[in-house]
Amino acid sequence: MTIQDHDDSRASGSLLEVRELTKRFGGVVAQDKISFSIEPGIVCGLIGPNGAGKTTLFNMITGIYQPDAGQVLFNGKDTRKMAVHQIVGAGIARTFQHVELFGSMTLLENVLVGMHVRTRAGFWGAVTRLPWVKTEEQEARKKALQLLDFTGLSDWADKPAGDLPVGRQKTAEIARALASDPRLLLLDEPAAGLNAVETEQLGRLIAQVKDRGVTMMLVEHDMSLAMGISDNVIVLDQGKKLAQGTPREIQNNETVMAAYLGQG
Amino acid sequence: MAQNTKKLWIEHSLFLAVVLVAGLFLENAYYLQILTFIGINTLLALGLNMLMGYAGQVSLGHAAFYGIGAYTTAILSGTFGISPWLALVAATGAAVFIAFVVGLPTLKLSGYYLGMGTLGFGMIVNILFREWAPVTGGASGFVGIPPLAAGPVNFMSGRAYFFLVWGVVLAAILICRRILASRMGRALRSIHDGENASLAVGVNTHALKLQIFMFSAGLGAVAGFLYAHFVLFISPGSFGFMASVKMVTMVVIGGMASVWGALFGAALLTLLPEVLHGFAEYEMVVFGLILMGVMIFLPQGLTKGFMDLISKRRRRDHSRP
Repeated sequence: MTIQDHDDSRASGSLLEVRELTKRFGGVVAQDKISFSIEPGIVCGLIGPNGAGKTTLFNMITGIYQPDAGQVLFNGKDTRKMAVHQIVGAGIARTFQHVELFGSMTLLENVLVGMHVRTRAGFWGAVTRLPWVKTEEQEARKKALQLLDFTGLSDWADKPAGDLPVGRQKTAEIARALASDPRLLLLDEPAAGLNAVETEQLGRLIAQVKDRGVTMMLVEHDMSLAMGISDNVIVLDQGKKLAQGTPREIQNNETVMAAYLGQG
Repeated sequence: MAQNTKKLWIEHSLFLAVVLVAGLFLENAYYLQILTFIGINTLLALGLNMLMGYAGQVSLGHAAFYGIGAYTTAILSGTFGISPWLALVAATGAAVFIAFVVGLPTLKLSGYYLGMGTLGFGMIVNILFREWAPVTGGASGFVGIPPLAAGPVNFMSGRAYFFLVWGVVLAAILICRRILASRMGRALRSIHDGENASLAVGVNTHALKLQIFMFSAGLGAVAGFLYAHFVLFISPGSFGFMASVKMVTMVVIGGMASVWGALFGAALLTLLPEVLHGFAEYEMVVFGLILMGVMIFLPQGLTKGFMDLISKRRRRDHSRP
């Protein structure tokens, strides 16, 4: 980390800053010089047709993919040299488009795995079960149960996560992601597969998470949800950033209407 | 949670009771010897099971760690007269360190690189046992391993050795249980359920796989130590590729990701050759067929497969009006 990086982030005051991020898969340019920044405390919607590069963008922010060019600054730190688990440790958590809970483990255990970067007992801790290990475990369980309470999943705590109804699984992924105490939470199509009532509940949950001071980015196809809860919206199309602004600005943006909203 | 703890208590007490009854009342030396071998093989299967069943990695050279345990203690205590207990520490340490060196590059790569790496590694180690004759005794084996003793207690008798081995097995089972119930074990099981998600929620999957590979190598070396001081004569043949395949078979047959499965698989593969005395040459064929049958019909392993069958039947009975 250079002093330069530090100064830039201080100057902009943003939590996440993406600069000219580019990713190619073979000959296909999945991301073409995408730049944007996100202020702390907001919900930022990320919309665009299928194949626009939304999930690719999430994968680069979380370190799953390495960008071919450009950089991601989180809290002023360049994340390119960081491993995925270090990025989670720095405060970025995510959920998946297709639910990826640990199906054979209980919901409580799923949330406890989400806490992995905030706990430290290793091999010797497991074998010796020293007092500090027990304390850590008890505190982790307490916190995990609180999170399940917060997300309304307490009744499922000791059930295998794979047995949850789909709607609950989506919420469970949010609980697991929150377990790492993220400053930035990336939600990849949280409403996909949910019915109208569940979508409404999800909207309320996102608002509550926001109240806890967690900044969010959200990929969503449900326009009323995305426009309803986002403070800021970024529109991607074919790997390029088409527009960024408040939901109202985006809804009145002619380029967006032509390229995206007009199609659907 | 409380119910789970109670269930574990019952399981372990039952296990202890069986071991005690077998150890105290079995008079037949041959049976005691077979049971001791089952215990040694259980240690091997337990370690490999943590690696295969939970971390999803295959080691095709695990006999090398078994051999490193056996030869290290043989050379240190037999040739140099060092206390076998010190040799045990050296043997385990050597195996863990070598596992670190072998695992570091291969586990960084995804897929079955550890399998390939350990396959080659196992062969190299076996050649070393065979060709480094001045130290290892070469192909004709190492003679002159001292029996174990701890102060006034000696482990010369079959019964004493039986208890020593099964005591170590019980300790190993408890350690595996503790690991699986801990933060580390949860992370390990999460790799089993979904490696990508595990990585994305912040588990350092490389480091974890490496740790569990080192742990299983360490258990392998302990098994090798117990084997060497039990048979008092070791030769390279016991630690070759076929021995590695046999270990993998134990884990697959018993059922991956199951502690009792490891015990069951080890028992079955130790007993089979005894039962199939007449067909010694076809031993590998029989193992191969069993392995294929289990993979095709009960991919969860025999223990889990039967459990599932039973619970399915029970559920069906319940749902009947």
